[in-house]
Amino acid sequence: GTTFATATAFAETAPKDVAFDEYGEVAESLTGTAGDPESGAALMDRGKGNCIACHQVSDLSELPFQGDIGPSLDGAAGRWSEAQLRGIVVNAKNTFPDTMMPSFYHTGPYIRPGDGFTGKAPEGELPPILTAQAVEDVVAYLMTLTDEQN
Amino acid sequence: MAAGAQEVVDDQLVVNGEIPIVTEAPAPDYASALGTIRSGWTFRSEDTQMMQADDFDNPGMLGVEAARAAFNSEMGTGGESCASCHDDPESLSTVRGTYPKWDEEHGTVQTVEMQVQECQTERMGMEEPYGYNSTDMINMVALLSSVARGTPVNVAIDGPAEATWKQGEEMYYTRYGQLELSCANCHEDNYDNMIRADHLSQGQINAFPAYRLKDAALVSVQNRFRGCIRDTMGETFAVGSPEFVALELYVASRGNGLSVEGPSVRN
Ligand code: HEC
Ligand code: HEC
Ligand code: HEC
Repeated sequence: GTTFATATAFAETAPKDVAFDEYGEVAESLTGTAGDPESGAALMDRGKGNCIACHQVSDLSELPFQGDIGPSLDGAAGRWSEAQLRGIVVNAKNTFPDTMMPSFYHTGPYIRPGDGFTGKAPEGELPPILTAQAVEDVVAYLMTLTDEQN
Repeated sequence: MAAGAQEVVDDQLVVNGEIPIVTEAPAPDYASALGTIRSGWTFRSEDTQMMQADDFDNPGMLGVEAARAAFNSEMGTGGESCASCHDDPESLSTVRGTYPKWDEEHGTVQTVEMQVQECQTERMGMEEPYGYNSTDMINMVALLSSVARGTPVNVAIDGPAEATWKQGEEMYYTRYGQLELSCANCHEDNYDNMIRADHLSQGQINAFPAYRLKDAALVSVQNRFRGCIRDTMGETFAVGSPEFVALELYVASRGNGLSVEGPSVRN
């Protein structure tokens, strides 16, 4: 619940304070709390990270209609270190300049940001698409993708 | 990513067995990134494609029939109908493929909708013309499209329309919303790829209005734009806004060489 989120908030690195190295890596955990791969897997689905809108993940084959805009994430943990994966999820544009991949732990500036998927202007400041802990969870899940499946 | 890799749909769209539709054509210079321009029809499933090949199966034709009745009905203060000045809709068959178009008198680029509103307010004395995105208007545009089917999309982008066209071009490549996605990200760089369950097309507008099976309704061009910007987690522009008129001119021009195809059927 909300109380928990507020209680942990002060320990988190805010989106604007994330330290990237020159290749876009983020070495430090955003929260200091280890990510949970199971919640990470759930975040890959619709309405949250929605990663599979663009990526295939064989491990999540029970989720239908995986996209093919980006590369398959099978074996991602073999290709990238944890710091690199965190950097990609936080803001992939530092790793892949001009990439189509959205920046998930970022607060703009954006051109005509909206209030979620309403098409309307937001009321106040926009939170990042994923919370700091959600990023850690997704990274923890990506770190389990060691097999090249196809 | 997608260019050159698309599967070629070899079946041809011939509406009612008598109106051949050009669904693939060489891209105009300014859209050379596409190589070949393709109607959204070539990306749809065979069932959906078939529905558009016969007017009896195309639910969008109900809107066309409603507009045909409206075309002949008196509206406004002068007791006139559209037919009083334009005989029949067929006499307006060059409109759909050449709009949006520069209007000298108003000093602006006009869409078909704006032109209909102009006749209603300035020539028929209607205080309240059809709303830009109203069912009556969408049906009327569907009628004007249906009589133009098979004629080439051929909008002018130079001369006085150029500044508006350039504005639309800039919008096409602008990464909107919290997801920071441009029209080009999805419809130029990734057509023929899947974004979740959706098979991305080139986002052409030669086939509008489109009957969307998902909505069970005819959808206007600019309403489609609105949906696509909403999906970037962005704040959309209003239907009928100068920005969307500019975007419509630019996107229409990317289809110069395809046939007018509306009302189409889409999922
Ligand atoms: C709108 C499309 C899109 C979405 C949504 C998206 N990505 Fe990506 N992603 C890409 C593209 C495109 C690339 C390829 C990088 C480039 O542009 O060269 C990529 C690259 C990656 C890579 C490196 C791939 C490799 O193995 O080489 C990882 C890891 C990744 N994405 C993870 C994610 C995760 C996790 C999410 C969700 C939280 C996500 N992506 C959401 C488009 C997307
Ligand atoms: C009193 C006469 C009159 C009536 C009634 C009228 N129009 Fe027009 N319409 C015109 C004239 C004159 C033009 C040419 C004006 C121009 O070029 O800007 C025109 C132009 C048009 C055009 C563009 C033609 C082109 O080649 O660019 C369309 C489309 C159109 N009218 C549709 C309609 C519809 C639909 C109705 C009924 C809702 C209607 N008009 C009612 C007189 C009328
Ligand atoms: C996040 C991806 C995405 C972005 C960004 C996007 N669209 Fe789309 N668009 C889609 C999808 C998915 C569809 C439905 C399948 C298809 O036809 O591509 C679609 C359909 C369309 C269609 C209907 C094509 C037809 O023949 O039925 C048009 C027109 C269109 N988009 C225009 C645009 C324009 C203009 C922009 C920029 C303002 C834009 N889109 C931005 C995903 C996107």
